[in-house]
Amino acid sequence: MRYILALILCFLPSFSIAQEWEDKQLFQGENARKTLRVLSSTDTAFFAPIVEQFLARNPDWSIEYLVTSTAQIDQLLREDPDRFDIVISSAMDLQLKLVNDGFARALPGIAHPSWAQWRGRLFAFTTEPATIVINKAAFNGKPIPQTRQELILALRQEPDLFRGRIGTYDVRQSGLGYLFATQDARASETFWRLTEIMGSLDARLYCCSGEMIDDVASGKLLVAYNVLGSYAATRQLNDDRFEIILPSDFPTMMMRTGFVSKHTQHPDAAEAFIQNMIDIQTSGAGAGSSRLPPLYQTSETASPSVIVLEPALMTYLDKLKRRTFVKEWMNAVIQ
Amino acid sequence: MAEGVNVTGSLRNRLAVSLIGGAAVLTILLFIVVRAYAAQIAQQGQDSILAASVSSILDAAILREGTVEVDFPYASFSMLSTDADDRVFYAIYQDDKLLSGYEGLPHTPEGAMARTVHQTASYDGVAIRSATDVRTLVGADTRTIISVTVAQTQDALQVTLADISRNVALYGTGFFLLSVLLSFWATATTINPLKRLTSSVTKRGPKDLSPVASPVPVEMASLVASLNRLMGRLDTSLHQSEDFIAEAAHRVRTPLATVRSHAEATLQRVDRDENRQAMRAMIRAIDESSRAAGQLLDHAMTTFRADHLERTSIDLVELLNELVLRLSPVAEMKDINLTIIADEPVIVEGDSILLQNGIRNLIDNALKYSPAESDITIRVAASPRPSIQIRDQGPGFPSEGIEDLLTRFSRGDNVKGIIGSGLGLTIAQDVAIAHGGEISLENQPGGGACVTFSL
Repeated sequence: MRYILALILCFLPSFSIAQEWEDKQLFQGENARKTLRVLSSTDTAFFAPIVEQFLARNPDWSIEYLVTSTAQIDQLLREDPDRFDIVISSAMDLQLKLVNDGFARALPGIAHPSWAQWRGRLFAFTTEPATIVINKAAFNGKPIPQTRQELILALRQEPDLFRGRIGTYDVRQSGLGYLFATQDARASETFWRLTEIMGSLDARLYCCSGEMIDDVASGKLLVAYNVLGSYAATRQLNDDRFEIILPSDFPTMMMRTGFVSKHTQHPDAAEAFIQNMIDIQTSGAGAGSSRLPPLYQTSETASPSVIVLEPALMTYLDKLKRRTFVKEWMNAVIQ
Repeated sequence: MAEGVNVTGSLRNRLAVSLIGGAAVLTILLFIVVRAYAAQIAQQGQDSILAASVSSILDAAILREGTVEVDFPYASFSMLSTDADDRVFYAIYQDDKLLSGYEGLPHTPEGAMARTVHQTASYDGVAIRSATDVRTLVGADTRTIISVTVAQTQDALQVTLADISRNVALYGTGFFLLSVLLSFWATATTINPLKRLTSSVTKRGPKDLSPVASPVPVEMASLVASLNRLMGRLDTSLHQSEDFIAEAAHRVRTPLATVRSHAEATLQRVDRDENRQAMRAMIRAIDESSRAAGQLLDHAMTTFRADHLERTSIDLVELLNELVLRLSPVAEMKDINLTIIADEPVIVEGDSILLQNGIRNLIDNALKYSPAESDITIRVAASPRPSIQIRDQGPGFPSEGIEDLLTRFSRGDNVKGIIGSGLGLTIAQDVAIAHGGEISLENQPGGGACVTFSL
């Protein structure tokens, strides 16, 4: 008995490493014989319609859908590129760097606007804004801030009300949070002032948008900054305790991207999966069936507030740059 | 036009081929040179952007409390965006220790470098172009060397080069086609003087052997000079032949006439029958020789002149009147009545000497074959074609082989005992053909020959 317990204890750590997915789900096709492994940062509920449509068209496949954080995705793929066929992530910078470093397979068969793809390997399929989510009850009767500047003023006016009840991404943990923060910092000095205010009011730090939205809805938080708008909008459908604000001074929009691993065993199926995903997200008809916002296409170019897919995204991933940025951010937030 | 000429090659083709070949060689050279030059420029463009990126990173390097911080701007990589989404690699070294970026990039360790070093290398299996520069940071008590390398794949460059190659090839082809057109034009222009010379020589009249006077290019001067000399010699020699024929006719006929008159005089004097017989035979032989000589000369003259007629306006009636006048002594000897029937002058364009020769031979024939005390009628008509019809009351032509009579030295088989060379009809026919006409022979229903000479 002691031995068994010891054995269990021995295996537990490795077991737990293997089980460290935020979510793991196997979608079975009707006559599934082969499996595509999709590594993703998108919650299963949001991505399921895309997977199901693919399986409806390709019944001899099944999809193993593995969800983890964006930073974890980057690490996993670099360690073991053979394990996954498709990589979906909201952290554009990490994705671009993976492609730049040669982890993606070229998909010449997919036609996509040049602003929404990089090197014919990385394909964007959603456009999602970073938003401010506020608790309605807390702002009852008060003007709702529409810009970061107005938010700063609101926080300054009632520091005691907001102390400890503001949330934002922990940029050290969340790849998406880091991307939003660095892009905000590029766009305006306002970001640093806001961060300092939030730091002085003991802001809570989160790993994920979902938890921030939960806490705003419940009233634990009054304001959450840089929450993924698509998640918030979906939650708002059956929860009206919070309000979503698209900052009108400078909106930051992210594009969710996907690529096929260079070492995939099933290149054709993986390409078909990406193509199917793009089709759903770009055709007006299919958009209804998806729970993810479509790729925002107004004209030949992306909207100016959308983060551009370009090598410059690697700037803030530089070790020295990241060290400097995180140090500054921590100085502002953790006072 | 060029029958019987030994032709090898064509000046025009040779000229066109060398011009077009030259243009083709130049086009290929142009393509190679321009493409190489464009490749160099495009590479310089990429190099300068890489250098700018390196220098923007180096500029951001600072020493803070003994630690190197490189807070380089977003633009450092943003400027490396290309249409082909080229991959970007970079490395930041401090004293040969990798601070940040990619390992294994072509990295130039310290050394007194005055300017950015560019290298082409292979990284992660692809060709890259890199730029490296160094900077020395000086702190309170430290001195450290920062080296930055930024590298980029060359996909966009290849696309640009392919574009340039395609465009240069297009322009090159255009220029080549233009050169081909120009070559044809130049060839035609160069060949033109030759063509003009050819046509001016071809169009000349038969007797025109004057030198070519129109201006020719200097390259053709000696050819034309030789041609002119050749024509001069030909002209001289032609005149000499003509003179020779006239001279020979004169020299042969005159002595024969003298011999004949002597023979006739002798005939009057001899009494013995056999001697008279011999004399008559002699006179007949002399007549035959004289006639044959005359006809041979006529024939030679006809052949010589037929190639180049000297056409003048001639009244056939007048010409006949003269001939009849000249032949009337012979006619009177046989009591033959020569009658010309003509209403009005019949004017034709022709060579008077040849026409005289031809028609005289016809009348001569008629006189020869007509019996004594008969009539010869010469009818001249202007329409439908100018023609002369000579009717006699002789034996006529043999019914068989009437057409053969027109060949040289052929005589009818019913004319034994009459002097003849068989050239008369041939001469007349040659003259008629030289003037574009013909001779027809027929027998009259009531006996006698009828010869029609029409032009």
